[in-house]
Amino acid sequence: MAEEKKLFKVKIDNITVEVEPGTTILNAARGIGGDVVPPAMCYYSKLQGSGGKCRTCLVKVTKGSEADPRPMPKLVASCRTTVMDGMEVANITSPEVLDARKGIVEFLLINHPLDCPVCDQAGECDLQDLSYEHGAETTRYEFKRRTFDKVDLGEHIQLHMTRCILCYRCVFTADQLTEKREHGILDRGDHSQISTYIQQNLDNDFIGNVIDVCPVGALTDKTARFKNRVWFLKPVDAHRNCDNPKCCGKTVLWMRGNEIFRVTARKDQFGEVENWICDTCRFDKKDVKDWVVEGPRNIDRHSVISQGHYVNTVQPKDPLVEVLDGRQPQLLFDIHTTSQVNRPDIDLSKIDGPAHSDDFNKPKS
Amino acid sequence: MQTLTNRAKPVDRSPMTFMEKMYLPAIFTGMGITLKHLFRRKATVAFPEQKRQFSPVFRGLHVLNRDEEGRERCTACGLCAVACPAEAITMEAAERKPGEEHLYREEKYAARYEINMLRCIFCGFCEEACPKDAVYMSETFAPANYQRKGFIYGKQDLLIPNPKADK
Repeated sequence: MAEEKKLFKVKIDNITVEVEPGTTILNAARGIGGDVVPPAMCYYSKLQGSGGKCRTCLVKVTKGSEADPRPMPKLVASCRTTVMDGMEVANITSPEVLDARKGIVEFLLINHPLDCPVCDQAGECDLQDLSYEHGAETTRYEFKRRTFDKVDLGEHIQLHMTRCILCYRCVFTADQLTEKREHGILDRGDHSQISTYIQQNLDNDFIGNVIDVCPVGALTDKTARFKNRVWFLKPVDAHRNCDNPKCCGKTVLWMRGNEIFRVTARKDQFGEVENWICDTCRFDKKDVKDWVVEGPRNIDRHSVISQGHYVNTVQPKDPLVEVLDGRQPQLLFDIHTTSQVNRPDIDLSKIDGPAHSDDFNKPKS
Repeated sequence: MQTLTNRAKPVDRSPMTFMEKMYLPAIFTGMGITLKHLFRRKATVAFPEQKRQFSPVFRGLHVLNRDEEGRERCTACGLCAVACPAEAITMEAAERKPGEEHLYREEKYAARYEINMLRCIFCGFCEEACPKDAVYMSETFAPANYQRKGFIYGKQDLLIPNPKADK
């Protein structure tokens, strides 16, 4: 008979949960779900060794364990602290934790530029959500933010080093998914930056996943750069039979009409990728014919991405045609005859990289 | 017949008195009211020559602003379009090329920016949403036009004149 595993009883914000020994506090809280889950900017459950860098998941351990009930002297990072039997943890019930988290957000934002209007990640950015929920309204930092020389990472991935919060997720991704890691963090302290040692293209089969794991807009998709804002696109689930054995081919297409602007992996409720996808799926398949569309993706109603997307609407019957004895109403004005936006001869989603002025100033054919 | 309300009055069909038959007193009373209004303050203005003052919070036709150096402020962030309840605003973004720094303030700019004045309800949400102080509502209204296509305002209609180029 197999020995029955002893489960540890943990109390997080007065909710008791039983987890296996060796589970971290963060994962135990994720088992409960809801508001008690501490936010995490660097921890990624699919990447080994991640976590412990951003400090946003700090919690207060009010009772160490059944055997040793003393509280832990300082706030601990919940992604790196494993549970003990009888442990009691305070997350949102502790004002000390909320206050510390507010400070951490302020630290993360010290060098983060306020360029959300330009950034492609805006709308699905973890740091945006975090600062909205936990941060202060204004900055107290009066000095110059750090800047970097531009590093070109090739034709698919755009690096904005100023936005980086040094979570190391992309480094772990490159280590664990691709054959050879070509980028890393150079220098230290205030100067530390993501870079390839000597200007090198990131060109590995699964390197595109660094875009999805990046919690901020430091690594973005160059093929979708500035093409559209995330909240104007409609996310649909789709899949294709990928030749790459390691790739599942299950993705989210960000579409407008029949145009595919961006392909990403599917993300779960904690913002983590469900299955990694290869670079061919992500960067090269921008045609609807390549994909089997499964249906619209479920987006949280409170997310900006669901703005203007009307689901489950019941359209009332238009009685006009009936009243007009079957005649269609006369169309007095077709917007496309005048509008310069969405010109059919400028296929934005097919342009490699961002559009430029010469793409728009093409003479009308 | 049962009345719906208790305010119904039966029609008075009694024959007119001598004074009512003369009509003249009633006419003079009416003329008196008309004459009285000739000497009162007019409620209207003679519009093209004389213009009524706008309220300080009047929301009129949109303008796209430029910064002190004459560069376009709009960075095509799409916040005005997502805030627009009438879905009147559309735009397409492009990346600034090297050499275009004198034209556009940020790395990204609106290559196309269109407001459909037929849809616009002049609520001012776009002005409120703009993080770059690019969209403002001026103190004029959209002029009348004979055709619908005249109400699709592109970037050349909305941008204010370049202060550098006009000097």
